[in-house]
Order: sequence, then C-alpha cells, then structure tokens
Amino acid sequence: MLRLVRGFEELALGLVRSGEITGGIHPYIGQEAVAVGVCAALRPQDRITSTHRGHGHVLAKGADPARLLAELLGRTGGLNRGRGGSMHAADFSLGILGANGMVGAGGAIAVGAAWSARQAGEDRVAVAFFGDGALNQGVLLESLNLAAMWRLPVLFVCENNGYATTLPAATAVAGSATGRAAAFGIPAAEVDGMDTEAVRSAAAAAVERAAAGGGPGFLECRTYRFEGHHTMERLMKLHYRTPEEVADWRALDPLPRAAALLPPGLAAELDASVEQQLGAAREFALASEHPSPERALEHLYADGLRPRAGHRG
Amino acid sequence: MRLSYTKALNRALTDALAADPAVCVFGEDIGAGMAGPTLNLLDRFGPGRIVDTPLSEQAFTSMAIGAALTGRRPVIEFQIPSLLFLVFEQLVNQAHKFSLMTGGQAAVPLTCLVPGSGSRDGWAGQHSDHPYGLFAHAGVKTVVPATPTDAYGLLRSAIADPDPVVVFAPAAALPVRETVTWELAPIPLGSARIHRAGTDVTVVAVGHLVHDALAVAEELAPELSVEVFDPRTLYPFDWAALAASLERTGRLVVIDDSNRSCGIGAEVLATAAEEMRLVAPPRRITRPDGAVLPFAPALDRAVQPHRDQLRAALRAFGPLRPPHGEDPAR
Ligand SMILES: Cc1ncc(C[n+]2csc(CCOP(=O)(O)OP(=O)(O)O)c2C)c(N)n1
Ligand SMILES: [Mg+2]
Repeated sequence: MLRLVRGFEELALGLVRSGEITGGIHPYIGQEAVAVGVCAALRPQDRITSTHRGHGHVLAKGADPARLLAELLGRTGGLNRGRGGSMHAADFSLGILGANGMVGAGGAIAVGAAWSARQAGEDRVAVAFFGDGALNQGVLLESLNLAAMWRLPVLFVCENNGYATTLPAATAVAGSATGRAAAFGIPAAEVDGMDTEAVRSAAAAAVERAAAGGGPGFLECRTYRFEGHHTMERLMKLHYRTPEEVADWRALDPLPRAAALLPPGLAAELDASVEQQLGAAREFALASEHPSPERALEHLYADGLRPRAGHRG
Repeated sequence: MRLSYTKALNRALTDALAADPAVCVFGEDIGAGMAGPTLNLLDRFGPGRIVDTPLSEQAFTSMAIGAALTGRRPVIEFQIPSLLFLVFEQLVNQAHKFSLMTGGQAAVPLTCLVPGSGSRDGWAGQHSDHPYGLFAHAGVKTVVPATPTDAYGLLRSAIADPDPVVVFAPAAALPVRETVTWELAPIPLGSARIHRAGTDVTVVAVGHLVHDALAVAEELAPELSVEVFDPRTLYPFDWAALAASLERTGRLVVIDDSNRSCGIGAEVLATAAEEMRLVAPPRRITRPDGAVLPFAPALDRAVQPHRDQLRAALRAFGPLRPPHGEDPAR
C-alpha cells in the first residue's frame, strides 16, 4: 500500500506537469506511513474524513486508484464522476466521507459520523485526518470537546508535517497538539509518523478502545512532506525550509524502512504489481469520458431540483 | 383546534420524530424546550435523539452534517438568527456542496430551524437579522412560513427533504394563531400560496408581512383589488405561480423584511421584469441597505417595512378604481 500511494502520487505529478490534471494537487509523498498505518488498523465498516492532501487516505481506505486518478482528471469514470477533483475525492461505499478543501472541516464531520453510528447501534469508528494547520481552527477544537463529552468512537489523527503551507508549526501552535487533546481529557500519543508499524499499532489501540466505548483518541504523527505544499510551489521560489532539512527527513523515508522488514524478493514483487496496477489505472483514467457541459449542475440537489440557468434562451 | 405558530412547529417536530427514527434534534437549551418548538421532546424521545449541545455552533452544525451524511435526519434549532452567520461555512460551503462535489454519492438531509428571526422588539443589532436572502442566494433551500398551518407543513417537508433546508420562523409571526379544522399535513417546498385573490396588483409578502399585506389589502379594497402572494419557500421560488398572478394583475409590489441590496425583493423584481407581464414599474419595500436594527423601539420600527409604505406603494400605481366609469388601466 505504501508503494501504491507513493507510485500514485508520482504518476499524478507527471500528469500535473503534462497539463492533463488541471488545478494541481497537494502531494502526499513522504507522509504515506500515516495514512497506510492508520487505515491498516481500521475495519471495513469504519469511516474516515480527509483533507486537501487526501489521496493517501483515500487509497489506504481502499478506493480504486483508477477511479481516483480519473477523478483528478475530471472524468465521468472518477470516484465523484469528475465533480469533485483532488480536494473532494470521496467513496461513500467505503466509508470515505471525502477529502475536504477547508482546513479542519473534517474533524467535526467525523464526530457526527461517530455519533450517527452510535445512534444506529452500529460498531463503527470514525477517523479524522488533519494537519498541524488545522490545530488552530476553532471548529476542530470545539469538536474535540464534543467528542470527549459524549465519549464518541472517533480517532483524531494530526499529521504534523511541520508546516501549514509555509508557516512553521513551531511558530503557530502554542503548547502542543497532544497537550490540546489532553486538555479535553482525550488520551493522546505522539507517534513517529515515518514508521508505518508504529502508526498502525498506536491507531489499532485507539480504534479498539473507541470501539469498546472508551471514547475518542488522538494521535499526533510527526511526519514531513517531501514535495512542495502544492504542485504550484515548483513554479515559485519559496525559501521557507532548507535543502538540508528536506534531506534529513528524506533519509527517514517510510518506504525503504518498511521494505527492509519484508522477506527478500517480496519488495520487488510488490513493486512490479503496483507498477502494473498503476499502468492500468492510467489507461482507464485517460480513456474515461469527459462529462458534458450541459450536465454541469447535475447532482446539485439530491432531489433532482434543476436550478435556473444563468442566462435566458 | 386553536393552533399557535410555535405549537405548530412543536407538532411538526413531534410528528417527524415519531414517524422516522432517523430524525434527531440538536440545539442549545432544547432539552428545556426554551424557545418553544422543542418543548417536551426530551421527555418523549430521550437524550439519544434530543441533544442539548454545548455552545459550539460550528462543531455541532458540522456534526449534524456528518450525521446527515451517514443516515440520520438531523434538525438543528438556532437560538438567534445571527448564529447562522457563524455556521455559514458549514451550511453553504459544506452541507450545500456535498451532493454536487461527490457526484451525487452523498446527500445532506439537514434542517435548520430559526424560531424567532427578524426583530423581536428590543433585542437590538445582533439579534434582529433576517438573513434568509443569503441562503436563497447561496442556493440553500429556504423557507419562511407565515401561518401555523404552513409552519407545520413546511417544516415536515423540510425534514423529509434530502437536501439542507433553512426554515425561518419570523418572530412577528409567532403570535399568529389559527383555528384549524383540518388534518395538518406536509406542504411541498417550492409552492406559493395566494392568501387573497385580486386583479389589480400582486403583493409578494414574505413571512409575517403576509399578515400586514392582508390587512392593507382589506383596507384598500374600495380603491384597488390586491392579490396577496406568499411565496412560502424563497428558494426554490414558485416562479410559475408568480407569473400566473402577474398575468392577472400586471403590477407588482414586494414587501420583504430584509436588506435591500441583493435581497430576495430584488430577485423577484428582476425576474418579473425579465420574464413576466408588467404594465407598470414594479416596487419593493425592504429594510434599508446594510441595515443594523437600532435598539430604541421607534428606530427599530423605522428600519422595518411597514404598512404605511405598502399603502403608499399601492396608491402610487394611480387611481385604478375610480368611483365611476371604466378602469383607466385597462
Ligand atoms: C480554513 C482554511 N484556511 C485556509 C486555507 C488555505 N490552505 C489550504 S491548505 C493550507 C495549509 C494547511 O496546513 P496543514 O493543516 O498543516 O496541512 P498540510 O498542508 O501541511 O497537509 C492552507 C492555509 C483553507 N483551505 N482552509
Ligand atoms: Mg502541515
């Protein structure tokens, strides 16, 4: 899965560069251990909310890479029929309640999903992924309180990659992420976010506890994005982090670390199968149809209400 | 049966909760039923479905969206109309957009109820807004019932609707009572109601102003025949019914207790001017541009549309019914 997420992002980066994906993406490269580790601890019925940097979460929760890629390309074969793009990719059939373009927005939505499951008498945990930047969103802090007060089965996963765009977390977050969770009485742990197994086992413990009625959990995963905040960053000359810092974190790349744990030969075998899967995904996505402009506002209302056009005749 | 507006909302919530176990209610002080519509719901349906929330509007609104995305049918009661400003992100940027952005995978059957919107006499600047136009502009289904029966029927339909709906219960309509001899029933969203038929002028009145329009229409009956048109749902608006009314009258006045620029009154006038039969320039009576309701009672009233303005607007169409002879406008 690590390999799939990395390979998917590399493929998508190529399609951004060639102009086939418009609007660019927020690459997940470097942070794979978080999405893959957390989702490995989830059961099929569990749900997630994701972020603007969501491809890793969506894939790790089981979405079809071909349909995710078609979504990034704005094609009808996409997860969202080409209506959402990178920042809104969702697959409700898999409990993926969507990437979200607003920083911190997924937290309280996940709390609602957890409440809903409890109401329905269903054993489902909800996971909210968010970045260090979201730690300063009021709605996220409010949602920690609600989840704790009502002992809801939700796991908050803060991916602290050190920056909100160019703003260092060290200059933006007073106290600490785990300290904030602890202030609401939520058990919080700091985890090496470059170590898939460490993330998986911390998440598994929190999920088990939440599912057993023990209330919410909080993980702060220390990680790093190897690429820019957004693909547009390549075109800018930004100096918010040093090449040495990037190199230090690249040395902690979660992929070789995980590969070293595999029996000899298996890593190469997995690589080959991922390559094949992604080749097929690319072919599917590029062959998928573009939606027709007359259907631009299809799905605006769930009851099929047709909005008035913006012009007459 | 004598039915008050607030009791009608309470009946609608009770019946919706009884009919569908997915319906639940979130809000502040709703366990105590403080605002009225949620009275006794906690006793009957329990804290699992009637959820008294901490004062975290953004989180509990997002939470309701998460619940709506996963099979619940939440209703949120907001204590103050301006709380909607706090959750504009949640309602417009999240709830409203999910269906399209997910390519139809998701629906957000969420109802927001504001019992007591607009001026409540003496509540001043931050408690007296009537922000229905903002939601109509954003394309969120928006309902403003004028009568108890409509409040019941429209709230039932809002809860049953698969999309987010905001229901504004104007404070000035809450004292309205009706003698109801029929079975209360859901009323479809998007259907207007003609409270009084007329042939000279159509008055589109929003919410509590329906009652003012009816009073003025009665008073001016010897001079002109006024049709009182209550859109009931501001979005989607019943344009077909308005076109039919203007076929009959050809003259239009809108009376709308919200700000003038980009208000629902402006939209009604523009659409009528573009697409419908008008024999005279249409008019609208609204709050002023950028209105903030001042506290002093006389100032509060001075900013809201009132009957004198409606009388003047109607009479400005000229003498339509001279005491003798033919109607000059025909
Ligand atoms: C509420 C909100 N504010 C600002 C933005 C613009 N924005 C998009 S991503 C981003 C940085 C987010 O940082 P973080 O939460 O740490 O996530 P990361 O990008 O590091 O994954 C900003 C400021 C936004 N989308 N939403
Ligand atoms: Mg960050």
